[in-house]
Amino acid sequence: MAKKPLLEFTDKGIYCARGSFYIDPWSPVDDAVITHAHSDHARAGSKRYLAHRDSEQVLRYRLGEIQLQTVGYGEKVMKNGVEISLYPAGHVIGSAQIRVCYQDEVWVVSGDYKMENDGISTPFEPVPCHHFISECTFGMPVYKWKPQVETFNEINSWWRHNAANELATVIVGYSLGKAQRILQNLDLSIGKVYTHGVIENTNEALRRNGIVLNETHRITVDTTKEEVRKGIIIAPPSAVGSPWMRRFNPYDFGYCSGWMSIRGAKRRRAADRGFVLSDHADWDGLISAIDATGCEKVYLTHGYTASFTRYLNEIGFDAHEVHTLYGGDELEEEAPPKSSPEGRTLNDSSIGTEVDNDDKEASPSGGGLEGAI
Amino acid sequence: MKAFAQLFLSLDETNKTNEKVRVLKEYFLSVPDTDKMHMLALFTGRKPKRQINATLVRTWAMEMAHIPVWLFEESYQVVGDLAETITLLLPKSTNSSNKTLTEWIAEINQLGAKTEEERKQWLISSWEMLDAQERFVFNKLLTGGFRIGVSQNLVVKALADISKLDSATITHRIMGNWSPEEYTFEQLMAEEGASDDISRPYPFFLAYPIQETSEKQKSPDELQLALGDAGEWQAEWKWDGIRAQMIKRDDKIFIWSRGEDLATEKFPELHPFLMALPNGTVLDGEILSFQNGLPMPFNVLQTRIGRKNLSKKILEESPVAVIAYDCLEYAGEDIRNKTQSERREILEQVQAETRHPEIFRISALIDFKSWDELSEIRGQSRSMIAEGIMLKRKSAAYQVGRRRGDWWKWKIDALSIDAVMIYAQKGHGRRADLYTDYTFAVWDGDKLVPFAKAYSGLTDEEIRKVDNFVKRNTLEKFGPVRTVKPQLVFEIGFEGINYSTRHKSGVALRFPRILRWRTDKPMEEADTLETLRALL
Repeated sequence: MAKKPLLEFTDKGIYCARGSFYIDPWSPVDDAVITHAHSDHARAGSKRYLAHRDSEQVLRYRLGEIQLQTVGYGEKVMKNGVEISLYPAGHVIGSAQIRVCYQDEVWVVSGDYKMENDGISTPFEPVPCHHFISECTFGMPVYKWKPQVETFNEINSWWRHNAANELATVIVGYSLGKAQRILQNLDLSIGKVYTHGVIENTNEALRRNGIVLNETHRITVDTTKEEVRKGIIIAPPSAVGSPWMRRFNPYDFGYCSGWMSIRGAKRRRAADRGFVLSDHADWDGLISAIDATGCEKVYLTHGYTASFTRYLNEIGFDAHEVHTLYGGDELEEEAPPKSSPEGRTLNDSSIGTEVDNDDKEASPSGGGLEGAI
Repeated sequence: MKAFAQLFLSLDETNKTNEKVRVLKEYFLSVPDTDKMHMLALFTGRKPKRQINATLVRTWAMEMAHIPVWLFEESYQVVGDLAETITLLLPKSTNSSNKTLTEWIAEINQLGAKTEEERKQWLISSWEMLDAQERFVFNKLLTGGFRIGVSQNLVVKALADISKLDSATITHRIMGNWSPEEYTFEQLMAEEGASDDISRPYPFFLAYPIQETSEKQKSPDELQLALGDAGEWQAEWKWDGIRAQMIKRDDKIFIWSRGEDLATEKFPELHPFLMALPNGTVLDGEILSFQNGLPMPFNVLQTRIGRKNLSKKILEESPVAVIAYDCLEYAGEDIRNKTQSERREILEQVQAETRHPEIFRISALIDFKSWDELSEIRGQSRSMIAEGIMLKRKSAAYQVGRRRGDWWKWKIDALSIDAVMIYAQKGHGRRADLYTDYTFAVWDGDKLVPFAKAYSGLTDEEIRKVDNFVKRNTLEKFGPVRTVKPQLVFEIGFEGINYSTRHKSGVALRFPRILRWRTDKPMEEADTLETLRALL
């Protein structure tokens, strides 16, 4: 009789029966190990959480009162004889791959990851394992990233050009991850950095966690459009097209996402500029990451799972497509902000409870839902 | 090519009209004249002839990118554009090149004489010396699918700004049959006549629609308010055929369709009357199928459009005639600046002299005293086999392009039906990777029978919602097509309906489009095949 696998896919999430815990569950459970704080991976309602220490404050900010144990990369936690340890995933600050080991059998859950060192997240490390559970958000060969320095050169020269032409610059990226990555790579000799409240709340949570970020200025009711004109405004996707954003007219707006590599995706968002910048691995990155684990089997959880699985099998991997709810809620990805009446919009952003659903980068393709059918 | 690629990128990077014009001017001022003409040709829809079969281009791209066919096809589904898919899949280039757009196009045009192996070598080495942005426009040139997100008006405006010619003149000079290899920038800019080509048509004047919905019709009072006294207007039936401009100059005739296609050979019935016109005559009108002196529905004409060879049978089954409604040139003189009434008089005189009144007809004027009366008359459109009424201001000149103010089309209600979406497919271009092309069905007893495909008419936000619904409610996948759980109801509008033996439903619709998403209607209340057939 075949023995029960160490990790299995259940309707609540990835489950370890022997250790009695879940990884990134989408329903409330007793013990949840969290890869990172994005809303499709870290959900409220579980009794106890285990996560990387750099994600502590963001998790508390997003999930409220939770019972949370934190660890550093490489530290071991034992649960019912099962060894759990976290390794850097390079996705966002505090993101981790979860290594689960029992009697010489090793499983690794990637969460979301990218290969490039973005300068603020601890860079991805391949973790040797027998079974690798991987994302594949951008698992199509049309997705290939340039080094981020090239993209940031484009972003900085665009900002410089706008500043010289009396245009405000609005750059859009998810509030956890992309926003800080942008912030840390801007050329601050051009001007000041202003932030939407949702982003600034995340920045503050990270700073409470001891992360050092460049100086930012929260946009409040008192912020004037003259003041921001030479600066750059970092805004979440939910702000696109909102009265909050229109207030800064005239402005040029740029969207940062891996989806921007396709013209059609850029045109749909009617962005002035689309910058290809992703916190996920591209096609070559995914394949090299999977290869580097030396795994016997790989399971693909979200993204272009069907095509990517087929391709991996053709080039000699033992790959399996699994159905999960990662990859986020497609409808919210580009949804206009909740219709907020003109006037209360500026201080809206400073209300701490409004958390955007970020990392919907994992969605327009059909992502995890593709599999859920 | 670098400048052209940059132009394309810069146009892509802005949604602002002024910025687009600025970018276009910058391009015109920085490239050689031959490049300007090639760019103009491309931006006005004069695609170069395809020299390599697209299947070969695909095959060689797959070889170079080392990916299997199925993965290439799936990538294409994601990207929604062949040239772009190839660009994204090819490995990074190893070389660079400073060839101009003119030089590249010349190379492409010489491919015809090469063997397949030579073409392949040429293509691979070309790809190797172009960066991503250049490859994209290069692939567009090669696969012949050149479409740009910038209107011809903007290109003309940029040219007008740098040349001090007015827009109407430039629009006229870039009409018709010309090739960038022969037509020079100097000729385009020349003051008078020197470059004049006898086949060149005038830009068409297009009417603006009077906006109405099925719930809200325009009242005579509203018309009075918007258009002034009925006496200032000329009214005609709006004919449902092919808009055409017919030219007789230097004993030669030319028939142009609105898409600037030279269609002279498609309508041999019209040649005798055109040949008999005095030289220096240009008419504007509608080509329709006629039988026993009556216009026939558009679908009769449709059977002969697109045919390479017009068989005797086709000519007998759907003979055509012209209903002329304007005269743009008379006795070799451009009379577009005369008033509508003056031009009408000339047209009537030209038509009165024809010995082919069965073929060269004239669009009768509708006699009406008030908007009230005209509204009444409009109700007879369908029995006249017309789409509604055209309103033309008696004092107006013949203008360029679609302009608000002096020509209006006042169509009768489109037909419509409530239908259930049952299949969905991904769109292209701006709609790539989104489910935007839908197939609709109506009830036949307890079964849903597909009867139409449509893909326009929804807002971006609605498209996102429907796309999301499709992804969550797919029952089966057949290649790119998904069978969707029947649930969503849409109102489908169309221009006409005919019997069809090719469709399961037994009917074929003309210009089906989505009018609105009936979120208020459960699918059980969608229309039936019976209702649809009753419209035949």
